[in-house]
Amino acid sequence: MYGLDTVVATIVATIVFAILAPIVGCLLAGLDRKVSARMQGRVGPPLLQPYYDVRKLMGKERASVNGSESVYVTCAILFTFIAGGVFFAGGNFLLSVFLVTLSALFFIIAAYSTRSPYAEIGAHRETLQVMSYEPMVLLMAVGFFMAIGTFDTAGVFTAELPAICSVWGVFLGFLFVLTIKLRKSPFDLSMSHHAHQEIVRGVTTEMSGPTLAKVEIMHWAENVLFLSWTAIFFVWANPASIALAVVVGIVAYFLEVFIDNNFARVKWQAMLKSAWAVALVLGGINIAVLAFI
Amino acid sequence: MTYATKSPWVIHYDASSCNGCDIEVLAALCPGYDVERFGIINTGNPKHADIFLVTGSVNERNIHVVKEIYDQMLEPKVVVACGICACSGGIFHDCYNVIGGVDQAIPVDVYVPGCAVRPESIVDGVVQALGILEEKAKALAEGKAPAEEKEGGE
Repeated sequence: MYGLDTVVATIVATIVFAILAPIVGCLLAGLDRKVSARMQGRVGPPLLQPYYDVRKLMGKERASVNGSESVYVTCAILFTFIAGGVFFAGGNFLLSVFLVTLSALFFIIAAYSTRSPYAEIGAHRETLQVMSYEPMVLLMAVGFFMAIGTFDTAGVFTAELPAICSVWGVFLGFLFVLTIKLRKSPFDLSMSHHAHQEIVRGVTTEMSGPTLAKVEIMHWAENVLFLSWTAIFFVWANPASIALAVVVGIVAYFLEVFIDNNFARVKWQAMLKSAWAVALVLGGINIAVLAFI
Repeated sequence: MTYATKSPWVIHYDASSCNGCDIEVLAALCPGYDVERFGIINTGNPKHADIFLVTGSVNERNIHVVKEIYDQMLEPKVVVACGICACSGGIFHDCYNVIGGVDQAIPVDVYVPGCAVRPESIVDGVVQALGILEEKAKALAEGKAPAEEKEGGE
């Protein structure tokens, strides 16, 4: 069923994603900071500020508490790129979800490997975040399958109706956990934007220079991938729907920026309970209704 | 212009300040002065920071903390002493426990006097520090080998 052409398509898509996603993600991050500053009554940094930050980090002195930390972070960024490649090559949605989880695990191991108390608290919280969003993300993939009839993302181009028509509950549920995945307040427990906000920036406490730059690039690529997951719910056989999907992705991002600026961080208990409740109510009922009716 | 000067991340440490200067440092981040216009971020993590902003004088208790934060920061880095206490000890200079200005503990690049130091002066001091940061970044880029040698030797 899957031949050599699938492998080649995935590899090509991975390389294209690894180049384009950080560029788009960097611009989105710049817009985020600009829009956030305007919401707070400030002028804000230039649009390319995230790019300047990463270039600066690349030029910093290389130092690490151990040799394995940067290897784990490199693995995390690699699997994020492959997850993007699988998704954009029209491959299996579920595989893309699992690859992102694998990337998250490498990121958590990188934090644990430093043995720093702050990084360990960050890693604990990152684990809790994965626990919180994972049920909903899996239900999203299942919902996608029930709406489109296949786990392959390429399937949307032959669908008569977009997935949103039948699994809007799943979509709303995913929008809720998207806040956790994009590391936005009120769910930015493991890694806030700035270290002074919470536990010396949690997971990345011990990461510096080029390693921190890699984390930033991974975050940009992740953001693009998660927004693409959101947008694919609006794509169907009509080619014009891709434009609609892009608009949906952008609107979802600005909704997250708005939420980020207007809500205080919650405790992990509230995050876990609310995310699971949303997954069960919106995702579970939606899928149950589709399965039995 | 190097990228080091376009994205200066600051770590602020209150040595034994009366909090007057600290409040002014935070004021510089607020909408009125908005130092994020220059890419300046208050990080709070020495491993992420490029500029060490110290307020207050150094005493017997915190001299080790000041040295520790400085040592944890990665090159290129600069130190800005904010307020007259950080510059010379200020009105606390003859207290029994006060050693003096921040330069008694670590090398200081820019002195910003004032009691309390005004946000305009802080912004001015940080911008001056950027010039020094650029020189250090260039030196580091040219002499990359010695920095790596130092790392390996430790």
